[in-house]
Amino acid sequence: MEATTVAKTGTEGKTWGGGNQPLKASYGKLMMWFFITSDALTFSGFLAAYGFSRFKFIEEWPIADEVFNHFPFLHGVDAPMYYVALMTFILIFSSVTMVLAVDAGHQMKKGKVVTYMALTILGGIIFLGSQAWEWKNFIKGEYGAVELNSGKIIQFVDANGDRIALDEFSTISQKVRVEHQEKNGVWYEAEDSYNPRSLEDVKRGFIANEDLRVRTMKITDEGEKEILTREESLQTLEEKGIGVIEGANLKKNEYGAPLFGDFFFFITGFHGFHVFSGVLILVIVFFNVLLGTYEKRGSYEMVEKVGLYWHFVDLVWVFVFTFFYLV
Amino acid sequence: MAHDTTHSEHGEHKSATKRIWQVFIILSILTIVEVVFGIFKPDFLVHTDLISLSLLNWIFIVLTIIKAYYITWAFMHMEHEAASLRRTVVWTGVFLISYLIAILLIEGAYIQDIYANSFIAWDF
Repeated sequence: MEATTVAKTGTEGKTWGGGNQPLKASYGKLMMWFFITSDALTFSGFLAAYGFSRFKFIEEWPIADEVFNHFPFLHGVDAPMYYVALMTFILIFSSVTMVLAVDAGHQMKKGKVVTYMALTILGGIIFLGSQAWEWKNFIKGEYGAVELNSGKIIQFVDANGDRIALDEFSTISQKVRVEHQEKNGVWYEAEDSYNPRSLEDVKRGFIANEDLRVRTMKITDEGEKEILTREESLQTLEEKGIGVIEGANLKKNEYGAPLFGDFFFFITGFHGFHVFSGVLILVIVFFNVLLGTYEKRGSYEMVEKVGLYWHFVDLVWVFVFTFFYLV
Repeated sequence: MAHDTTHSEHGEHKSATKRIWQVFIILSILTIVEVVFGIFKPDFLVHTDLISLSLLNWIFIVLTIIKAYYITWAFMHMEHEAASLRRTVVWTGVFLISYLIAILLIEGAYIQDIYANSFIAWDF
């Protein structure tokens, strides 16, 4: 019957008529590209939000060199940037081994694919470890700061204008922490975090050391943080100080704007999560390669697809590196 | 964008190892340049502004985009993909991200202006 025939569109055999690949890429690769595009937009959203906050607090944002200046085994040495530069190289190099694995896959050389993928996984794991170390330093903090009633923070410098840590000039006075119990308050939920160093300890130490001065969050025209005179310092600490901050969490940090810590944890954390899932996927594909799955299939396209994802993770790091540590 | 996409057909099984190492060297040099600039921060570049950003920051951003180009084109094989696929991915990103950045940075600078020049105290 005429009615049962399928309507013709008149596009049979043409590019978009179906049954071919107009974009000259397989379904899997195409979907990986679509995913990468959307994920790139997600990361752009985060980084643009970081830029928003940075411009909003342009005169008081922490100076990255001062925050990220640690290097393994160089304790107390000011080594700005070296460590993140090293992390960047690790990730770029793992990208190189990844693309070499993809290349070996094109030539159906199973042994080479195995070697290069193993190196890539190793690079990914080293990167994750480096990031954990970086987080540890960030959370632990180095110098400490005092919080003001406006939510801003002040830091301390010696006579030469060099940063000085709280424990270098203040001693912790012994005191007993009284635990807040449920019987003392109906709305008891949880104890606050406990810092044995009290504001009084810091004040006492600051008054005893004539050379010490206060450094505010404000950035001067020279691109450095403003340092107050001794009188202004004493006054600020006495009148405005409300607490001691050592290290960083999502609410407060000793480096400056709380948002700085939030963005650090969120953006590097989200990127680290991508690296972590990348390593997992790589491990799965690695074992499939070992088992000869792709050899039987006659194509190593799966290695190519995970490769795309891995390069994308590297690509994101290039931007995170620039906007977090350089700019 | 006027890349020749036909040669991937011919070189199907030819190894691209040379190109890969070339790109690795380029990326390494760019990163080293960035780090050196980041450590020394030449005064001239820090204090010369161009459209609300110092020259130094512009250098960082341009170098980053060059790195992104090499990673996408060489490592992700974008140079061998069909022009339609390349445009689908690249232009979508370029347009949306430019718009996002422009609007957010302008707003951020505006709020900073309010903080600095209006009735709100910076530190009370």
